[in-house]
Amino acid sequence: MGCIACAALVFDGASVTLTRKESSSIPVEADSICPDRFVGCGQTEIAELPAYYGRRKVTLGDLFEVDGYGADNVIVSGDLKAVKKIGQGMTHGRITVTGDVGPHLGASMSGGEIVAEGAAGDWVGAHMSGGRIVVKGDAGHFVGAAYSGETRGMRGGTIIVGGNAGREVGGRMRRGLIVVLGDTGEFAGAGMLAGSVFVGGRLGGRPGAGMKRGTIVAFGEAPELLPTFRYACSYRPVFLSCYLQSLAATGLVESSALPDGEFRLYVGDMNSGGRGEVLIRDQSE
Amino acid sequence: MHINGVEIEDTFAEAFGMWGSRLIVTGDDLGWARTAAEAATGFATSIIGCGCEAGTNDLASGEQTPDGRPGVAALVFTTSRKNMEAALLQRVGQAVMTCATSACYNGLAADEKVRIGGKLRYFGDGFQRSKLLDGRRLWRVPVMDGEFVVEESFGVARAVGGGNFFMMARSLSAALAAARAAVAAMRAVPGAIMPFPGGVVRSGSKISSRYKGQNVSSNTPYCPTLRGQEDSSLKEGENAVLEIVVDGLSEAAVAEAMRVGIAAACLPGVTRISAGNYGGSLGQFHFALRDLVST
Repeated sequence: MGCIACAALVFDGASVTLTRKESSSIPVEADSICPDRFVGCGQTEIAELPAYYGRRKVTLGDLFEVDGYGADNVIVSGDLKAVKKIGQGMTHGRITVTGDVGPHLGASMSGGEIVAEGAAGDWVGAHMSGGRIVVKGDAGHFVGAAYSGETRGMRGGTIIVGGNAGREVGGRMRRGLIVVLGDTGEFAGAGMLAGSVFVGGRLGGRPGAGMKRGTIVAFGEAPELLPTFRYACSYRPVFLSCYLQSLAATGLVESSALPDGEFRLYVGDMNSGGRGEVLIRDQSE
Repeated sequence: MHINGVEIEDTFAEAFGMWGSRLIVTGDDLGWARTAAEAATGFATSIIGCGCEAGTNDLASGEQTPDGRPGVAALVFTTSRKNMEAALLQRVGQAVMTCATSACYNGLAADEKVRIGGKLRYFGDGFQRSKLLDGRRLWRVPVMDGEFVVEESFGVARAVGGGNFFMMARSLSAALAAARAAVAAMRAVPGAIMPFPGGVVRSGSKISSRYKGQNVSSNTPYCPTLRGQEDSSLKEGENAVLEIVVDGLSEAAVAEAMRVGIAAACLPGVTRISAGNYGGSLGQFHFALRDLVST
């Protein structure tokens, strides 16, 4: 597994800090924790924004200590494992989650940045179309994927997971980049329409099943591919070097975590047109 | 005014508004990158006969290429935005894409853009793929050594063409030594190129001719072999003249290139440094030689 450089977070100007009052396993829906919702709000108004605690409608102030004002920098701390939808639909600003966080982090976001210092639940960045999510720990299933019944998942932006991720990373994604520095579960890139999924660790079984286009890159160990993928050639993809340069420039990914080199190119899934590609790094280099 | 005993004439170079683009051409090694860039900027000495003026430029200090491979900048200048699109399509398509291991990226951030990769991609016959990275669309065109990566669009910005200076010398060898020294110094200036062979032109022209249909002709007042037959602008003892023409992405780049070039050209055997102009009525940009060298 690679690592994410621990760049210190720099905050300019005002910030809002939300601290969970108590630990609970009861799910909380907190899509109101979003810089867009905090625009023009003072501390009191933020505390009055709605949330769901189980099926009960509450306010953020019922669940969190609210401190500060302003919309650009939001810091959320405390027990957040059961808190869902933080940063959902955000268009700008920054959210920092100081520990582990629940599902749907940054779902449908179109701009700004979310940094989770710990692990994140399922559906990180589902349907996102822009911005960046950085999860320094592990992520659950369906990172950047499409919700059930939807035809397209992630449509833009970047998700970087420092640890491992679960099943169906990038399922039906349409555009954007997902980087998992650790291992992934099965069906990474299943049904991909376009976009890129990079896996630094072990790529789970059946990657790219049903993919139409798009790119899955295995920098580490890779499974035997489905029989509907065909070997094309071994080469050094120049476009991949562009991605690696760009990622290195963010300071979030060390170059040793995703090493450049010679890759075996497989095209598929032939059941879905065969315009997708799986690149597997030649480990003999 | 004299530098190292070389007279700097009290005159100015007259330059014109052009459009400029900057390509970053990369390759597996610097040799292939340079080969591709030089092929793309070959036969681009003069707008009149070549459709564009072009040359290569080292990357700026600390500048990284988008793919991290060795690279060279290629600067192309035309008289219009439309001509730029035509010139880049030809030159990237015929000279860069054909060169082994090459890739080509936009190297100029500008509001105006021309689509180059977006058109060259059709060479891929339907098998081209694209990637959108940091807001830039890259096309991957399948070729026989792998893939040719080319950016969708290239920036085009207003630029300056036609900065120049003449080196008058007692001998051709002295003129050549001065020209070589000047070009070497000028090549280190980012955003400026000398489009003629070796950065130097010997066939300076005047905009008249005794022949009907011929718009320009040899710059006879500066041809040493015509002294005695024609009015000559050469002084006693001057037996060779070479000119350096400079195009740049900005007025400052042209001025800086001229400044370092003139300073480097003031070598033994050189008698005068002068410049070409049209009386100041045609070109938007005037570069007074004495002002340049005194800065």
